[in-house]
Amino acid sequence: MTDTFDRGSGAVDKIATGIPGFDIIADGGLPRGRATLVAGTAGSAKTIFSAHFLAAGITMFDEGGVFVTFEDTPEDIRLNVRAFGWDIEAWEQAGKWAFVDVSPEPEGPPPVVGGFDLGALLARIQHAAKRVNARRIVLDSMSALFMTFNDRAFLRTELYRISLALKREGLTVVFTSERIADYGDITRFGIEEFVADNVLLLRNILVDEKRRRTIEILKFRGASHQRGEVPFTITGEGIVVIALTAQELTQGSTTVRITSGVAELDRMCNGGFFRDSIVLVSGATGTGKTLLVTQFISGGFTTNERCLLFAFEESRDQLIRNALAWGIDFARMEREGLLRIVNQYPHAMPMEDHLVRMGEIIEEFQPQRVAVDSLSALERVFTLRAFREFVISLTSTLKRGGIAGLFTSTTASLLGGGSITEKHISTLTDSIILLRYVEMFGEMLRSITVLKMRGSLHDTRLREFTIDGAGMHIGEPFRRVSGILSGVHTFSDGDADGDADGADDDGDNGNHGHEGHESASSRSGEAPRGV
Amino acid sequence: MSNYLFRLFIAGDSLRSRQAVANLRRLAEERLSGRFQLTVIDVTADPASAEAARVLTTPTLLKEAPAPPRRVTGDLTDAGQVIVALGLEGDLNLGIE
Repeated sequence: MTDTFDRGSGAVDKIATGIPGFDIIADGGLPRGRATLVAGTAGSAKTIFSAHFLAAGITMFDEGGVFVTFEDTPEDIRLNVRAFGWDIEAWEQAGKWAFVDVSPEPEGPPPVVGGFDLGALLARIQHAAKRVNARRIVLDSMSALFMTFNDRAFLRTELYRISLALKREGLTVVFTSERIADYGDITRFGIEEFVADNVLLLRNILVDEKRRRTIEILKFRGASHQRGEVPFTITGEGIVVIALTAQELTQGSTTVRITSGVAELDRMCNGGFFRDSIVLVSGATGTGKTLLVTQFISGGFTTNERCLLFAFEESRDQLIRNALAWGIDFARMEREGLLRIVNQYPHAMPMEDHLVRMGEIIEEFQPQRVAVDSLSALERVFTLRAFREFVISLTSTLKRGGIAGLFTSTTASLLGGGSITEKHISTLTDSIILLRYVEMFGEMLRSITVLKMRGSLHDTRLREFTIDGAGMHIGEPFRRVSGILSGVHTFSDGDADGDADGADDDGDNGNHGHEGHESASSRSGEAPRGV
Repeated sequence: MSNYLFRLFIAGDSLRSRQAVANLRRLAEERLSGRFQLTVIDVTADPASAEAARVLTTPTLLKEAPAPPRRVTGDLTDAGQVIVALGLEGDLNLGIE
């Protein structure tokens, strides 16, 4: 996403808003000592955004703030934001927050005789700013002012004057204005944007019958920022912007390896997964994806790493029972505090809320390993775009924390084939492992291959694997068979069934002489090719 | 004896402020027989009063007595309109004791 990052002169000083995620897309925050217009349709969260800007200023940076309200009464605002844990009344008493109440009078505006200006308004704002030693000013919203005064030229001049006066005092100004539609004119009256140095657009749009909130930095005069719409959500703690910038991805990647939980797979990967890499496991239903997840967690347990499993398909009880069948005791790992299983219905909430919740759990549990089983379950309920954003955001959260990730994806067809999931996220993951069914001589075998592994050599051959009470056992490569991944494979040689490591000797379908092949398998595993 | 109580909010010593004060004085002298008390408040020097009175625009004239209170904004160029806006027509005809 670095390609959508607009580098301005970079000389503009920024003020961190403290709104989670926003400062990332804004490359530091709002330009300090400038005026920013926040425009959006009714219900696009303009007031919450502005109140959050002031609240975060107080709680995070000890900067006072003035809220000039043209629409709601201060009582309404105090009440409306209490749910976010913002106690405005307490801040007012502490001299951190001041209201300038310009909400409509019941008797309406006074009659006009002759020329006038908004000098009293400016004086009141400056007075309030001095009183609370403000660094941040919010004017919410201009639309109400335009309803009161019809003369647009007059308002344009006056707003410009007010904005200039406040900026001269080094104050960072946010003013809001209503839009008629989510796409079209920036504001209803087409004036405010000329007064502002910067323009932010908040949207609340319907996409595939789902509500989607986005924020877009339309313009940051002379300053860098991310371009395009970025999703955000409203949580119990205010606004959370889902920053999709990939900046963090450049963060120093490690060469430290960790076990995948399957010794043979570690060898195929030339020593295991990277400590901070994201691995995608793709396969049809029943190929062993959840098994691989289970072994990945088990691998973490052996080295005392905390593992977090986000399960979107199977219940906790099911997962515990299945793991036990493979000799892995999830319940014990949970008791020892090394595992947390989080069950969530994909439908339960929108993508943004899933992300925020998962982020909170990751923050709280501080895992070294995170598994998601499966991404496909989420893909089915998200829009394609939301899904991709979800993966980008989750990936960058894991990268930031240096956490190893294992995601699973279900392919639609049993033999061969790919999934939509892979098509859209394969470039976002560091490694891809394919699990595929292979029909051979009237029998269903399973194959595993490391399709890609960023920054490492790996075994590029398709190997057969079996599953028993001890988990996954990876055996020999399929020889003289081609086209497995396409689902229509052919034998290049007529004596395939005479081949020692072919499909002829696995009549027991259980251990498949696995032990016997171990050394041969590992030897060939030591000759990895390609990257 | 002052029957009329006015407060006029102005913003600094501008042409507009001075005009408003002059227009109001002229109107009061000529039409209200000088029976008024006027307090001029410069919002840049006393913003707290503007806050308390919830004044948004300048100049703003408040008629605080006699009841009912009325307000009008602007530089008060047209005396006739000011009289209507403040509801003083009746007073002019009958006179106030």
